Amino acid sequence: MKPNLILHVIAKFLIPLIILFALYVQFHGDFGPGGGFQAGVIFSAAIILYSLVFGLESGEKIIPHHWLRILASLGVVIYAGVGIESLFLGGNYLDYTILGSNQIAGQHLGILLVELGVGITVAAAMLILFFAFAGRGRE
Amino acid sequence: MFDVVVDIVLLTFLATTSFAIMRMTNLFAIIMLFGIFSLLSAGLFVVMDAPDVAFTEAAVGAGISTVLMLTTLALVKRSKEPYYDEAPKTHTAWLPLIVVIVTGSALIYGTWDIPNFGSADAPSQTHVARFYLENSLPDTGVPNTVTAVLASYRGFDTLGEVTVIFTAAVAVMLLIGGKRPKSVPKTEGEEAKDEA
Repeated sequence: MKPNLILHVIAKFLIPLIILFALYVQFHGDFGPGGGFQAGVIFSAAIILYSLVFGLESGEKIIPHHWLRILASLGVVIYAGVGIESLFLGGNYLDYTILGSNQIAGQHLGILLVELGVGITVAAAMLILFFAFAGRGRE
Repeated sequence: MFDVVVDIVLLTFLATTSFAIMRMTNLFAIIMLFGIFSLLSAGLFVVMDAPDVAFTEAAVGAGISTVLMLTTLALVKRSKEPYYDEAPKTHTAWLPLIVVIVTGSALIYGTWDIPNFGSADAPSQTHVARFYLENSLPDTGVPNTVTAVLASYRGFDTLGEVTVIFTAAVAVMLLIGGKRPKSVPKTEGEEAKDEA
């Protein structure tokens, strides 16, 4: 791809903001609109923008393929693991109340972890989709 | 009053965009219009006080799916007109037109029984919504009821959704991801140099 100065400068300016916004949506989802799904998509959009502007190889250098596979599985494992953990602590599957000292603390911790798992899986899955489709164009 | 004006403007734009999508033959332009359509729907959801849905629509509909469709188009497109071969017409437009008119009238007839938007006796307000609105904050300490329902009350459903997304990624990876045996690693620099 021919380097385009304007695109490069604007992308470099925007990408940190997009990632920051994704983190805000992720961890502020309890209080405002948003949550793991939206945050994951926004986060992956930052990496996709980088790959579109700076080339697919540079994008793949940030997060290599095997990492994406691990991350996509890790999110589901975190989510299901919270359920298993609450089973071990003597509650029902995915019953967060048992995770904390009181009900509010337990629910808070559970929701935070679960949303984190959702965010990681969604971000990794979107990037896997993008790299799979875009990677075919190179051959 | 202000809401009505915004609604009318957004719906007019939606109708115009969908008409343009129908009439156009340039696939690139159609994909961009799909993105605009999603963004307009997101605006509509904001007006209807559903920021969580609007968020998802703007990020997934206008963002990711546009990019995915563009990358797909880059794989299959022709560079000049005609962008695709139209299948020869085998029937007249009458039957589809009748089907569309009958279905459309049935749908519009169905809207007569639907309670007004936001009315207090709508079924969506009278069943579980009240329980969640009253109990989600004391139960979970999370002010955003949508998050409380999604992650806590309906945690099983969300686990299923995450598994679906994971499965989709695995399926795409199996179908078109990874290295194909005949492909040669690219050597010349397509990789843009970072000049800063």
